[in-house]
Amino acid sequence: MLKIRNLISGYDKIKVLKNISMHVDPGEIVTIIGANGAGKTTLLSTIAGLVRTESGETLFKDTNVVKVKASDIPGLGCVMVPEGRQVFATMSVEENLLLGGHVVQKQGKQLLLELLEHQYELFPILRDRKKQLAGTLSGGEQQMLAMGRALMAKPSLLMMDEPSTGLAPLIVKEIFQIIVRLRDEGNTVLLVEQNAKAALGIADRGYVLETGKIIVQGPAGDLLANQDVQRAYLGRDRAE
Amino acid sequence: MTTELFIQYLMAGITYGSIYAIVAIGFNIIYNTTGIINFAQGEFVMFGGMIAISLLQYMPLPLAIALSVAITMLIGALIEICFIRWLKAPSVLRMIIITIGISIISREVAVHIWGESIRSLPYFIGNEISSIPVLGARISPQVLWVIAVSALMVVCLGIFFKTTSVGREMRACASNRKAATLCGINTQNMVTLSFVLSAGIGALAGCVMSPITYSQYDMGTGLAIKGFTVAILGGLGSSGGAVAAGLLLGIIEAFSVSVVPLAFQDAISIAILLIILFVRPQGLFGSKEAAGLSEF
Repeated sequence: MLKIRNLISGYDKIKVLKNISMHVDPGEIVTIIGANGAGKTTLLSTIAGLVRTESGETLFKDTNVVKVKASDIPGLGCVMVPEGRQVFATMSVEENLLLGGHVVQKQGKQLLLELLEHQYELFPILRDRKKQLAGTLSGGEQQMLAMGRALMAKPSLLMMDEPSTGLAPLIVKEIFQIIVRLRDEGNTVLLVEQNAKAALGIADRGYVLETGKIIVQGPAGDLLANQDVQRAYLGRDRAE
Repeated sequence: MTTELFIQYLMAGITYGSIYAIVAIGFNIIYNTTGIINFAQGEFVMFGGMIAISLLQYMPLPLAIALSVAITMLIGALIEICFIRWLKAPSVLRMIIITIGISIISREVAVHIWGESIRSLPYFIGNEISSIPVLGARISPQVLWVIAVSALMVVCLGIFFKTTSVGREMRACASNRKAATLCGINTQNMVTLSFVLSAGIGALAGCVMSPITYSQYDMGTGLAIKGFTVAILGGLGSSGGAVAAGLLLGIIEAFSVSVVPLAFQDAISIAILLIILFVRPQGLFGSKEAAGLSEF
C-alpha cells in the first residue's frame, strides 16, 4: 500500500526526517509513536505532500508521489486527518462532509449520498448535528467530523495525526474503537500518536520515531513488551 | 420635506447604496476565499465601465457590456496569476499591500489609455431626461436598471455559494485552506476563480452605473473606500449584510445632502467606518459567533 524508502524532508534548512524507511500493508493499522518533536507530524505531512521531500521516495500503490501536488494526493486514495481536526469551522457539519467527498464527486451524486449516509451510521452524533456550524462542536465531535470527512473520499489509506489530542479518556476510547472498526471493515490506517499505550493497544505493527529516525519497529505486542519503549513512552521503569 | 422630495432622496440613496453593496460583495468574495481585502476592487468597476465605453464604437451596447465584463474577468485572473499566486505562505498584510499596488498601477494604465476625461455609457433605455413617475417623484429608468441588476447579482451569488459545489469549495478555502487542500481541493484555482468572479461583478456594476455616475480613470478609489466601509459595516464576508449596509450608507448619504453641504458626503462614510471599527468591529449584521470562528 505505502512504501517509504530513505526519506529525508523538513522545513527549509532544518531537516526533520533523517532517512526514514517504512511500509504499510493493506488492511492493517500501523502506528508511529514518539515524543513531541520527533517528526511524526512532519512524516505524515510529507506523505500528504504538504511538506516537500528532499530525497528518497514515497511509493503509494507503486507510484512515487513525492512530486505530486498536495491537492492531488487525496484523489489517489491517500487521505489525512490533520492534527487539531481542522474542520471548516464556519460551515455546517453536512457541508464539511460533502467537501470531504470532493474527490469522488465526479463519480456521481448517488455515491456521495451513500457515503454521507455511511458516515452518519458510523458517527450518529454527526447526523443530529448536521445543520450546526462545525466550529461549535465539542472536541470529540470535531474529531469524528474530521474522520468522517476524510472517509468521504473513500480512501484506501487513512492517515490520522494525533486523534487523541485534547480529548477526554472516554472519548479517546470511543475514537480508537472506531479506528478498529474501520480496520475490520477492510480499511488501512496509519496512526500517529503520542498516546503510545492506546495506539499500540489497537495497532498491528508500530514504529518508534525519535529525532527524525526510526529506532525500533515491530509488531505492536513486541513493542509493548520492549523495555526501552516501556521506559521511554509507556511511563514504566526498568526496575518494575 | 415633501413626499416627492423624500422619495427622490430615497431612490437616489437606494441607487448609490446598491452600487456600494456590489463593490462590497466584490470585496467579500475575495475575502471569503483568501482572507484578504483586495483594494483593487474599485479598479475592476472602473475597467468595466471604461472598456465598455471604448467597445461601444464597434458594437451594440449589450455586446459591449458582455465583452467588457469578460475582459475585466480576464484582467482579474491575470492579476491573481501574476501577483498573488506565486507568493508562498503570504502574510495578510503583504497581500493587502500588493493589492494597493495593483490598484495604483491599474489607475496609471487607465490614465494612459483613456486620459483624464470623464466619459459615460448611454442610458440603456431612453436618455438623460426620460423619467418614470414613482409616488409623485420622477425616477430615471437607469436607476431601476442599477437596482434590478444589483439585486439579481446578489441573488445569483447567494445561490452559487450556498448550493453549488464550486461555491462550497470556495467557502471551504476561506474557512481553512490546509483542510481544503487535504480534501483534494486545488486552493490556488479557487483563489483565481474568486478574483475572476469579483472582477466580473465589479465590471457589470461599472457598466450599469456609468450613465448615472459617469466613468473616469480614478473613480475606483472612492468606490473602494465606500465599498470597504459597507463591507465592514455589514460584517466582512456576509452578502446579506453588505446589501443592508450598502442601502443604509446610500440612504444616509442621500439624505445628508439636505442637512450638510455635498462636500461632506465622503466624510460621512469615513466617519461611519471609524465608528464601526471602534464600536462593532464584527459589523452591524456580522455574528459574533462566526467572527470568532473565522481566522482573520
